[in-house]
Amino acid sequence: MNRGAARPGSAGLLARPGGALTLLFVWPFLLYVCAFLILPTLMLLATAFRGGHGATWHYVGELGQTQTLIAFRNSIELSAVSALAGLVIGGLAAYFVLRPGMPGGLRSLVTTFSAVAANFAGVPLAFAFIATLGSLGVITVWLKSIGVDLYATGFRLYSISGLVIVYAYFQVPLMIIVITPALQALRSEWREAAENLGASSADYWRHVGLPILLPSLLSAYILLFGNAFSAYATPYAISSGIVALVPVEISNVLSGNVMLSRQTGAALAFGMIIVMVVVMALYALISRRVARWSRR
Amino acid sequence: MKGRRRSAAGPKIGLTLIGLYFLVPLVSTGAFSLWEGGNRYGFRAYLALIHQAELWQSLGLSLRLALETILVGLVILVPAVFWVNLRVPRLRPVFDFVSVLPFVVPPIALVAGLTALYRGPSWFVGTANYLVVPYVILALPYTYRALEVGMRALDLRTLTEAAESVGAGWLTIMFRVIVPNLSTALIGAALLTIAIVMGEFTFANILLFNTFAVYINYVGQTATTEAAALTLLSFLITWLAMLGVLLTGRGQAQIGGAR
Repeated sequence: MNRGAARPGSAGLLARPGGALTLLFVWPFLLYVCAFLILPTLMLLATAFRGGHGATWHYVGELGQTQTLIAFRNSIELSAVSALAGLVIGGLAAYFVLRPGMPGGLRSLVTTFSAVAANFAGVPLAFAFIATLGSLGVITVWLKSIGVDLYATGFRLYSISGLVIVYAYFQVPLMIIVITPALQALRSEWREAAENLGASSADYWRHVGLPILLPSLLSAYILLFGNAFSAYATPYAISSGIVALVPVEISNVLSGNVMLSRQTGAALAFGMIIVMVVVMALYALISRRVARWSRR
Repeated sequence: MKGRRRSAAGPKIGLTLIGLYFLVPLVSTGAFSLWEGGNRYGFRAYLALIHQAELWQSLGLSLRLALETILVGLVILVPAVFWVNLRVPRLRPVFDFVSVLPFVVPPIALVAGLTALYRGPSWFVGTANYLVVPYVILALPYTYRALEVGMRALDLRTLTEAAESVGAGWLTIMFRVIVPNLSTALIGAALLTIAIVMGEFTFANILLFNTFAVYINYVGQTATTEAAALTLLSFLITWLAMLGVLLTGRGQAQIGGAR
């Protein structure tokens, strides 16, 4: 390396020993993250485990209460089902778009729209669905005019199944975005080789396609699960807290709307982080598998 | 391609159905925003909105916060990512790890932690500018990714050597060499940050600041047709920002947003 190229005696970025400059360049960022991400998280931990007289399991134990258990069950159910819907519908959509014979501009249209829809979430998404499937929504009214009373069948937008329909609006596009590269990596030669050996389409998918895609599908599912699990604005705006979900319960504690204590709120938030840690750890593990596979 | 002679009717029907699922709520929202009760349709909701000072205030506030978030995020990240790539690559795993942490701590949990930790001083937590603090964290994974990809494509060592050999100091290198070379990555990161901040609801709602998303929610409690009009406006903003990201990047779709 030609490090002497800088003027002799000057303190160039490349020549100077890194210590002081590392401090200047890197530490503002790391300090920021510590102060506004890591310390607040540790503070939650401290709040959840600290009673009036030293350490306590009391508040974490309160997570076993019926109310919080229901919230966790609802959140996990909603995330699992909406992730599955996203996985299947988004996976099929991505596969269909990549098939030969589809119109030329379709792929870029779907890519662009997916990027928009995956980012179009929260309060506006909630109102879009209230205008569509709410009790006065356009589709609800239209269905009633042709004799189908949606709300008489027990359907509610502010229920788990209603929320799954809404969540699909950001889960499906996210799935399309994350799975398209994996689908593109399936070589047409593999399929042709299988067909030359007499495999049907079903055989190909069962013995070649799906096994290769499996790790990508798994990591996509986990990503979608985490995506739904931490959603707050969408369910809040749709249900005004009628459906008990963990993020909504935490916000109720923070706004002082419920009888739960501040410490229980911290314990809830901490429980949520635990779930997300598990989710992200699994994701990292499987992604590593995927990377190893594609390198071979 | 041989062996795929089957008709494409199935996929086309499938895609049409999926497309309908995405189109119907948008069209419905458009129709709903024009509804004036009964069988009358018109632009009353839009006209009512234009004259509301709160709309412009909340829109202005969200836009200002987005710009501040971009600025703070870039000021702390550009030098750090530059230095990690140039001199201390052993820190890269730390950065990769830190950049996914915002996914692990959901916004609602982070706001709970922030309110427990910081109760003052009021010039810090009492004004809407405080929202920039968590917004930088929200945008961090995307900004970091964009900068990391952008800097890897540059030959930082040669650029720095060349600049130093003509006597540039580190500030000059940063502003006159690195930043101009990263403009594509920076624009992409900035537009994505705008999309995230314009729709962000969690922090603003809990910390009681009247941003655009909070205003939409507030309007939605009383005037649903006006909320539908605002929803369309919000969709338009997201659409413009993402179109910008896709045009400046190389067709790379990115994911952010406040769910």
